[in-house]
Amino acid sequence: MVDAETVLSRRKLLKGFAGTLGAVTLPAALAACGGGSKAATGGAGGGGGGGAQSLGTVTFGSNASDAVPKDAYEKVFAAFKAAKHGDVQVNTVDHNTFQEQINSYLQGKPDDVFTWFAGNRMQFFAQRGLATDISELWSKVGDNYSDALKAASTGADGQKQFFVPFYYYPWALFYRKSVFADKGYEIPQTLDELKTLAAQMKQDGLTPIGFADKDGWPAFGTFDILNLRINGYEFHMQLMNGQASWQDPKVAKVFDEFRGLLEHSQEGALGRTWQEAAQGVAQKKTGMYLLGMFVGQQFEGEAHDDLDFFNFPEVDSNVGADTLDAPIDGFMLSKSPKNETGAKALLEYLASGAAQNTYLQSDPNNIATAKDADTSGYNALQKKAVELIGKASNISQFMDRDTRPDFASTVMIPSIQAFIKNPKDVAGLTKQIEAQKKTIFAS
Amino acid sequence: MTAVRDSLAAPARERRKRPSRLTRTDKLVLVLMCGIPTILLIAFVWFPALASIGLSFTTWDGIGGLGTIKWVGFQNYHQIFTIYPSFGPALRHNVIWLAFLAAVPTTFGIFLAVLLDRQIRFTRVYQSTLYLPVMLSLALVGFIAQLFFSQDQGLVNGLVGRSGEAPDILGDPRLNLWAVLIAASWRHVGYIMVLYLAGLKSVDPSLRDAAAIDGASEWQTFRRVIFPVMKPINIIVVVVTVIESLRGSFDIVYVINGGKNGLELLNVLVYDNIVGEASRIGYGSALGTILLVISLGFIISFLVISFRREQRP
Repeated sequence: MVDAETVLSRRKLLKGFAGTLGAVTLPAALAACGGGSKAATGGAGGGGGGGAQSLGTVTFGSNASDAVPKDAYEKVFAAFKAAKHGDVQVNTVDHNTFQEQINSYLQGKPDDVFTWFAGNRMQFFAQRGLATDISELWSKVGDNYSDALKAASTGADGQKQFFVPFYYYPWALFYRKSVFADKGYEIPQTLDELKTLAAQMKQDGLTPIGFADKDGWPAFGTFDILNLRINGYEFHMQLMNGQASWQDPKVAKVFDEFRGLLEHSQEGALGRTWQEAAQGVAQKKTGMYLLGMFVGQQFEGEAHDDLDFFNFPEVDSNVGADTLDAPIDGFMLSKSPKNETGAKALLEYLASGAAQNTYLQSDPNNIATAKDADTSGYNALQKKAVELIGKASNISQFMDRDTRPDFASTVMIPSIQAFIKNPKDVAGLTKQIEAQKKTIFAS
Repeated sequence: MTAVRDSLAAPARERRKRPSRLTRTDKLVLVLMCGIPTILLIAFVWFPALASIGLSFTTWDGIGGLGTIKWVGFQNYHQIFTIYPSFGPALRHNVIWLAFLAAVPTTFGIFLAVLLDRQIRFTRVYQSTLYLPVMLSLALVGFIAQLFFSQDQGLVNGLVGRSGEAPDILGDPRLNLWAVLIAASWRHVGYIMVLYLAGLKSVDPSLRDAAAIDGASEWQTFRRVIFPVMKPINIIVVVVTVIESLRGSFDIVYVINGGKNGLELLNVLVYDNIVGEASRIGYGSALGTILLVISLGFIISFLVISFRREQRP
């Protein structure tokens, strides 16, 4: 009798088993169909306009899933249709999903044109034949870009271009003008002055430097800028592309200065998002905060007008302070676009100041890359950003774009977080980083 | 998993006398009913599992044809055990998770089930309240946990009222695992309670009566009579706990901080290495294989022990 009962329950057990098994395999299935969520705008198929020079429909893979940039792109494509008679069919995918699925996306049936970033990953796709060479297009639009932007759009061979820059934004120390005016703070010109200012802020009851690294990447900004200031652009890029050793004493020096800054930075960074840290500045509890210009998204109305920034100060006068992280967002042409003529016409249009201005009207936390973009409508922050980037001798792209993504995500995120937790053991940390770097860059 | 299924099905088949003769339709139905699940099982469980084991001895960035896969032997495993700093914590956290889930919420869930089985007043209300979190996905539980534990804007620090100096619960690697375990337990307790309650309801009441007549105390009745009778449910509870702690842990920590800084888990490392832009397919597969070995080790040994005992007359 007991036996019969157990058999019955065993069946139940099996059911439970099958259920849980299904749940185990489900994430894999979910991951496999990440290409979903299509949102088409513009005309559905067919030619556009009916004019003799119709360009047909160009497909566009977009990572602009937030409402503001998504609308901004729609306006750009409406303007493109009016100006060039080409339809754009947009396929928008959630920003992070787009980034995570990029390998399989580009190997499957990618859209003709897709949004991407300048830097290592752009060069990697070019090298592996997943993007089309657009050097020919660059001979037309090249005059509209600075040399630094052209260099940032060029493949690893230093010859061919694969990328069209659209907008970018600088990383700098953001603060509220009213706080600095009230307390009579001066903009620091050297790291020592920055530390003195931080000490003064602490006395005045402020958190000197906002700091957040819950998501793992924001603290890359601090490492980048210190390395650029202490060791210069050349060494930074060598470190990023795996040539220089992390056990070089130069790197240890960067971590030493980083430790010095941590003493003035907000504690508990590993549990805080950048949005929360930015709120500290907005509420005038935090004195300054090193972040990209997108920090402006956390400021509204009057607070946004009160927001200002200054360039990260000089550490070594031999190196100067004229390099910075200014990540560039733009577009690439996929490996075998269905409508190559249309796609190139779209890219050419996107390289124009007119297109970039249309976009920035809706999303004013960036600045245009094209020389002929009209900057008269810029707010004060944007104008200052143009000036800062214009003076830069070199522009880096931020660690997770300048180095291999597997190195950035599986080695550097845990390592920088480990450093924040225990800033003392630099030798042990850099040894671990170097050991992992060797295996990753070897594959 | 099929091994389990077969060993379960076997005694059932033997017990019954062979049916006289199967018609053609019967055979077709049999073939379909056995064949389709088998094909699905092979395609979605065995093939991926074996392919992962195979890939774990290679290096591949997922770009280009299968020809670009390079054989590297045990290199991935060697690197994981020697130079991967996240691996040690991940393994430790997985073990802590399993031990905690088994020791605290599972026991507590069983305790609640026994209480609710005694027909106390409002028992249905308690049941639904305690079961409610099970309806929520663990990812959602993760969001709720953040509302509680966030340093600057969370409820817990708000109640403690120490602004500025408040403990950074989710950011402190010594605390965050426990905070997450509490959140996960909130859901697990209800799950176990319902499983166990369903089992208790099916226990023959005459067993209790007999025990009572023999003068057994409440505790003795439970320990010596009810608990042994509930064995099949106990197995389910243990298996569910093991699977939940190895699988379900992912959602909640991933929502909270992407499985970093004190919340490293093996399945997060697998995801980080394979799914994102990183595409270290071989390396991630090696981590996945390690996870597979651990879970198989637990489950097989447990099932073998349980069913071996049952086989005795």
